[in-house]
Formats: sequence, C-alpha cells, structure tokens
Amino acid sequence: MRHAIADVLLLGKRNLLRFRRSPEMVIGFLVQPVMFILLFVYVLGGAIQTPGLDYVDFLMPGIIVQTIAFGGFVTAIALAEDLKKGLIDRFRSLPIARSAVLAGRTVSDVVTNTVSLAVMLAVGLAIGFSFNANVLEIVGGIVLLLMMGYAFSWIFALLGLSSSTPEAAQQVGFIIIFPLTFASSAFVPIDSMPSWLQAFATVNPFTVIVDAMRALWLGTPAGNSIWGAVAWSVGLIAIFAPIATWRYKTTVSG
Amino acid sequence: MAVAIETSGLRKSFGEIEALRGVDLSVEAGTVLGLLGPNGAGKTTAVRILTTLLPPDGGSASVAGLDVVAEAPRLRAKIGLAGQHAAIDENLSGFENLEMVGRLYHLGRKRAGERARDLLDQFDLVDAADRLAHTYSGGMSRRLDLAAALVASPPVIFLDEPTTGLDPRSRQALWTAIEERVAEGTTVLLTTQYLDEADRLADSIAVIDHGRVIAKGTSDELKSRIGGDRLEIVLEEDGSPEAAQRALAATLIEPPTIEGRHLHAPIRERRGAIAEAVRLLDAEGIPVEDVAIRRPTLDDVFIALTGRAAEVEQDEDSEEAA
Repeated sequence: MRHAIADVLLLGKRNLLRFRRSPEMVIGFLVQPVMFILLFVYVLGGAIQTPGLDYVDFLMPGIIVQTIAFGGFVTAIALAEDLKKGLIDRFRSLPIARSAVLAGRTVSDVVTNTVSLAVMLAVGLAIGFSFNANVLEIVGGIVLLLMMGYAFSWIFALLGLSSSTPEAAQQVGFIIIFPLTFASSAFVPIDSMPSWLQAFATVNPFTVIVDAMRALWLGTPAGNSIWGAVAWSVGLIAIFAPIATWRYKTTVSG
Repeated sequence: MAVAIETSGLRKSFGEIEALRGVDLSVEAGTVLGLLGPNGAGKTTAVRILTTLLPPDGGSASVAGLDVVAEAPRLRAKIGLAGQHAAIDENLSGFENLEMVGRLYHLGRKRAGERARDLLDQFDLVDAADRLAHTYSGGMSRRLDLAAALVASPPVIFLDEPTTGLDPRSRQALWTAIEERVAEGTTVLLTTQYLDEADRLADSIAVIDHGRVIAKGTSDELKSRIGGDRLEIVLEEDGSPEAAQRALAATLIEPPTIEGRHLHAPIRERRGAIAEAVRLLDAEGIPVEDVAIRRPTLDDVFIALTGRAAEVEQDEDSEEAA
C-alpha cells in the first residue's frame, strides 16, 4: 500500500516533467485557452445575445468546462506514445499495481487542470468576469470542474490505449469531443439553436455541467444541473476507469 | 542446478493464428538460452507470456520458481525485460529514466540513484546521463533500455531481439554487458534472428518455428546434427567441375556437390584435407582458385531445420501483432 501511493506519485511526477521539458506543450495548454477566451469575448461576444448576463460572465463557465474537459487530452496522446514505444510493456512487467500507470496519468491531469483553471480565471477576472457567489459556491464549482476533468481523463486514457498512434488518438478525441462541447450551452444560449439541435444540446452532459457551473458561480437557476453534473462525473468515472484499467492490463505494444 | 525458466506445453492463439503450439523450455539458472527463429515464429509471444504481459491459453510456465499466472505480481520483482522497442521515456534524461525504473522496482530513491549511476557508467552513457533521451542515438537508446532492464539486478532477464538495428560497436557493448551479468549468475532468455549472436552468447539454443520448438541443444550439438566440417573448393573459369568431382571422389566420404564453379563436401578429418585436395586436383591439371574448410554455421543449421534462412523479410513491427 505504501508502495502503491509512492508509485502513483512517481509516475505522476514523470508526466509533469514533460511540461517542463516541452515549452510548446505549455503553450498549447495555457496560451490556447486564453486566446479562445479573448477571441470569444472580443470578436464573437458582441454578436451573441445572452439575456440577463454579460457575455464574459456567460462565457467563462462554458469555456472553462470545455478546456478542463480537454485537459485529459494529453493523457490520450501520452498513453498512445507510451504504448507505441513499448513503455507500457515495460511498466506492465514491473512490480507495480495494475492501476498505477493510469492513476499517475489521471492524477497529473488534475494538477495541470488546476493550473490551467487558475490561469483562465485570472484572465477572465482581468477582462471583466465577476462571480455572483459565496466562497462555498466558488470552491464547489472548482471541485466540480476538477471532478469532471478527472472523469474525462479516464475517457481519454481509454482512447489513448485503444489508438494505434498518438496522431490517431488526437484526431479521434478532437472529432468526437470537440463538437460535443459546442453543441451545448457553453458558448451560446441553447434557444438560439435550431430545434433539432436544441433537443440534443439539452441532454448533452456538457450543457448539464456548464449550467451547474453558472448556477454555482453566477447564481442562475440550478434546476437539477448540479446533481446532474455530479452524477455524470461519477458515472463516467465508474464506467471508464474499470474499462481503461482492463484495457491497460491486456494491451501489448504492436 | 536450479531451473530458472521452465515452460511445459505452452500454447497461445490470437484468433485463428496459433502463435505457440505446445512449447517446452527449460533454462538452468545462470545460463543463457537463445530462442532462435524467424519473424512470426512465436519468440515474442513466448517472452510476453514469461514476463506476464500475456496470459497463456494452455500449458504452464514458471520463472524463478514462480508461476506466470498465479504468482505474476511476485514474479515481476524477479525479472527484467528489454523488448523489441527501446522502451524509454524520451522526455526524461538517461539518469531519470533509470532512477524511475529503479524506484518502481522499489529499490528506494538512494539505491535507485546509485544503480542508475553505475549502469550509465557501464553502458558508456555517463556523458549523456543528464541529457534528455530524445537526443540519444539508436544505439544509446538501446543501451539505456537494456540498463533499465538491469537496474534492479533481477535474477532473470528477458531480451527480445536486443541488438536488432544496432551498429556493430553497440552490439559488442551489449554482448559484453550481457556476458558480465551471466558471469554474476543472472539467467538470460534471449530471442534473436542473428545466429552469430546466439552462437556468441547462448549456452543452449532452442530453434522455434511456427510455434513449436523444432530443435534444442548447444550451438555445437546443433551444428554437428547437420554434419561436421565441409571442404569448399572454387575452380578457376576453365576448370571442369565434373573432372574435379571424379578426382576427389576417392578421398571424400561422399562425392562433392557441384554448384557452378563451386564444389563442397563433408569431410571426416580437417588435418591434411586441404593439402590432399590440392594434390589430387593438381595431379589432374585442374586449376583451383580457392580451397577452404568451413565449419557449419548456425545459418546452415537453421536452413537445414526450417528449409529457409533465419533473416527473412524485415517485417519486425507486424510480428505477432494481435
């Protein structure tokens, strides 16, 4: 047990060292979300009607949810790389828990997601975003975001372990998850969409999570969104963590 | 002597493909078994089962006295694996790679660091120790990969085609390193397509083809199975091979085989064989370009056993992909 935790932390540290070593990853990770915040607020924001809210207030919870959901993307790419290079074979031959490599990956995603959340919030606050919430609600929102990000890390872990190449993992992740985040309440109010898309966007888990974040941080009506967001996050972890771990236990390098 | 690796009736299929069809192996502690075979013969599958990466479909296997299925977690502490890829993290330095693997073997931070330094020294990587591994050449990556397999000084190591694609100098360095481990009592299972590698390193050899062991023994035993030394003669352009065949028939066990200007035949005794051949041919006025005695190589063994050369198409990545 003592070893188990030390192993996860060691493997997590390995993942984080990667950022120190590749500045271009830091740019992708931190600069890109900031760029999108600025583009949405200053280029598109003027044309998007968000009754009752300034666009920057409307946007921030949505774009943060999208960015944190994508935070696990690095897990998909890194695991696909490890698989291709035979590192997964090596790890699986070592006397460490079968869950250690994936736990190390997903835990390091929580660390990077926390950093990226802090940067986005700082930028958002600098350009006019303001909370309409007490400390408990703000912290609750942060916890919900990190939990949701953790859930998506497991989906990305499965994707990475199932991809033939890192490039394939990147393409599949981008094509499946990116549109999902847009067909939600993240960037525009759902009632501005065509009715067939509204039907989808309403049940889209991203809508549930974004609505929960707005309820927590902006004081908009919560409905069932907060419990829905928690349920989605817990449910995704409960489904994808065992599948990804099974995949890890049975996958050998090509 | 204790048996370090043992398999009995080991079977494994991937869908329709039977990768292993009942493999029996036994490796004494402190010796090297060379598992020799062409691509797709089942070598990598055998290594993956023995290193607990794949479960067998049938039969049994144990390493260091531990069953590969039932006692897999304990077994993993006793083995080192260097697979076909150089399995290193390119975003870490050479030192960090080895230290991480050492700590994952639970050597402790201090001991892992010491072992990392020792191995970097042994594998001639001291100057590159603190450089990121993505700057390493192919040979350096391979050496680092092998060092990682050795970090915990495991009693049994598995090397899956460790020198494929290496330059001669790196091959020599790896061979020396492996020999040093064996001298210290480590057991090694080595797969290779290179017969000279098996010849140099392996105490015993198992030739595997289509998922079965088709021959076992020492290098010398295998070579003697296909006959002893051979006399090889190359005639000059205007020499008649048939005349040479007649001239030599009396002194040889069997008449030499003719292949163009080349003749070859098995011989009983090395001593005097060349002089005798030259004398007989000279007496008939047959001009000779070259005469030599050649020991059979493992290549000859391999061709004799499998009907084809060991180094078939270099289709490495697709081997037993499943």
